[in-house]
Amino acid sequence: MKKNIVLLAVLLAAMLFTACSSEPQEVVNVYNWGEYIDESIFDDFEEQTGIKVNYNVYESNEQLYTVLNGGGVSYDVIIPSDYMISRMIEEDMLEKINFDNVPNIAKIDPAYLNLEFDPAQEYSVPYSWGVVGIIYNTKVVNEPVDSWSIIFDEKYSGQILQFDNSRDAMATALFYLGYPVNTTDKAQLEEAYQLLVSQKPILQGYVMDQIFDKLEGGEAAIGVYYAGDALTMMEVNPDLAFCVPKEGSNFFVDAMCIPKGAENKENAEAFINFMCETEITIKNMEFTGYATPSAEAYEQLDEEVKNNTIIFPEKDLIENCQTYTNLPEDILELYNDYWTKLKS
Amino acid sequence: MRNRKMAALTTVPYVIWMALFVVIPLVLIVVYAFTSKAGGFTLQNFSAMGDYAKVFARSLWLALAATVICLIIGYPVAYALSKMGPSFQRTAIMLLMLPMWINFLLRTYAWMSLLENTGLINTFFDNIGLFDLINKIALSLASDPSAYQPIDHFQMINTQGAVILGMVYNYLPFMIMPIYSVIVKIDRSMIEAAQDLGADSVTVFRKVIFPLSLPGVLSGITMVFVPSVSTFILSKLLGGGMNMLLGDLIELQFMGGAYNPYVGSAISLVMMIIVMICMTVMNRFGDGEDQAVML
Repeated sequence: MKKNIVLLAVLLAAMLFTACSSEPQEVVNVYNWGEYIDESIFDDFEEQTGIKVNYNVYESNEQLYTVLNGGGVSYDVIIPSDYMISRMIEEDMLEKINFDNVPNIAKIDPAYLNLEFDPAQEYSVPYSWGVVGIIYNTKVVNEPVDSWSIIFDEKYSGQILQFDNSRDAMATALFYLGYPVNTTDKAQLEEAYQLLVSQKPILQGYVMDQIFDKLEGGEAAIGVYYAGDALTMMEVNPDLAFCVPKEGSNFFVDAMCIPKGAENKENAEAFINFMCETEITIKNMEFTGYATPSAEAYEQLDEEVKNNTIIFPEKDLIENCQTYTNLPEDILELYNDYWTKLKS
Repeated sequence: MRNRKMAALTTVPYVIWMALFVVIPLVLIVVYAFTSKAGGFTLQNFSAMGDYAKVFARSLWLALAATVICLIIGYPVAYALSKMGPSFQRTAIMLLMLPMWINFLLRTYAWMSLLENTGLINTFFDNIGLFDLINKIALSLASDPSAYQPIDHFQMINTQGAVILGMVYNYLPFMIMPIYSVIVKIDRSMIEAAQDLGADSVTVFRKVIFPLSLPGVLSGITMVFVPSVSTFILSKLLGGGMNMLLGDLIELQFMGGAYNPYVGSAISLVMMIIVMICMTVMNRFGDGEDQAVML
């Protein structure tokens, strides 16, 4: 009996070693938001290049930052949003991309290049973009909606959902007050904070992805969220409508980057380039519902999709929007203080 | 002798596990709590603790309420259970544990759809005409009928009550099980002796069974109070994110906009100390019953 066990152990060990000594497989480790890529693309990529994709997801820019900062992980491609990219550049957390390996950057509409977060376009390749807006139930809200004022309107007390993160929540107040969304003026921030304090009693709650259930099921009537997700909700509940407020809103760009110390940098560049292939971009967009920054892909979209103003809002609407930039340390701390005070 | 050595050897995996995943993280929390962002020693992480007094108070209060409710519900259940036949006991215990086979988050999501304003409970009340009835009665009693606002739901979700309910629901088995397992082990002859000496059933319970079951009560309290005080998802899902608890506050330091593991560790440390003080007081109160395990 004992002999058998020893034999088994030896066999197992042998299997382990053979597994290790086999041909080293080329890999690329991708770290992305949940539900933000069509995973069948990984097979296409492996088929074409022989590089295997290891995939993992995160929930927020802040979580991504925390995980990378904590060390002990090795990702090759990440897809943060604009303000987080500028923070990571500032803190020297990203590798410069070798664009000789990413020729498909030429397909990207120049409108999405050289933006504030990566002015020299050295660290990032735009992945998708969108706006933040108000989603409301037309059965409850009978008036036309075009302003942030509705989420501060006592008439809808108990029906309103606010963002459950400090940056987005403060932004709704700053937009309503007409202040720049990246303001570092403490008086303006204090005013925005006071507005959120006065909003709290009329809120149903602070939510992130729970908003899907609450708005789809009619539990709440008004919520603030991202356009791509608004589209998903409207498919489930046709009573819902989406609006980008006239005071302006957040215009965001998520872009693919390579974190410092990536072990498979060239594979990462191959992956990024592959994601910019026109058919792949279109396939991916059909899955995520978020707008593509690729000019070539846009040209080849169905008219119906091109004219969908939730995916592709009118140009003047976008011009009225602002992107987040990274805030200085003391302002981030102020945000944190306000947020803790607001919620406690 | 040889046997004892072997026995000690078998605990090695456990000791390594605890050292790696409990002791080292604890040491790290202490180190971080006294480290500044720049890397030096500081006490500054604790100076802001006063700002969080409200969160501390609310967390402790909600956890305490949940623990008391669990005890009030759980003790009679455990006591009654111990009196039943063995096959009934086995089945009942399995039923008690059954909800635990379902993921914690799923169970909490289920409560959300029960408690929502348009949820199952409110829809049921609406369908049986309860709200119409209440509105009619209230309207006939109201001094100024024109000012009366008719109701169409009970506000259950997004309240502190819902958070307490979530805690009680999720942690109740942790109260029942230890009390039950202590009560079933009480020596029958003790009870018989008390009865022989003329004690009625109330006295037997008060003087014999209850004191002997205290170790179970103490572990039950610990096992409900500690997870309740540090929970973070319940307040988000059932409390609408409107009532921040300690767990949320700590999470915010790590995953929120301002990445600050130092303050996060300081809050965790203070929370652990408060919990340890609570538990020490509890154990004293229980007359030094050292069977009551701390964690």
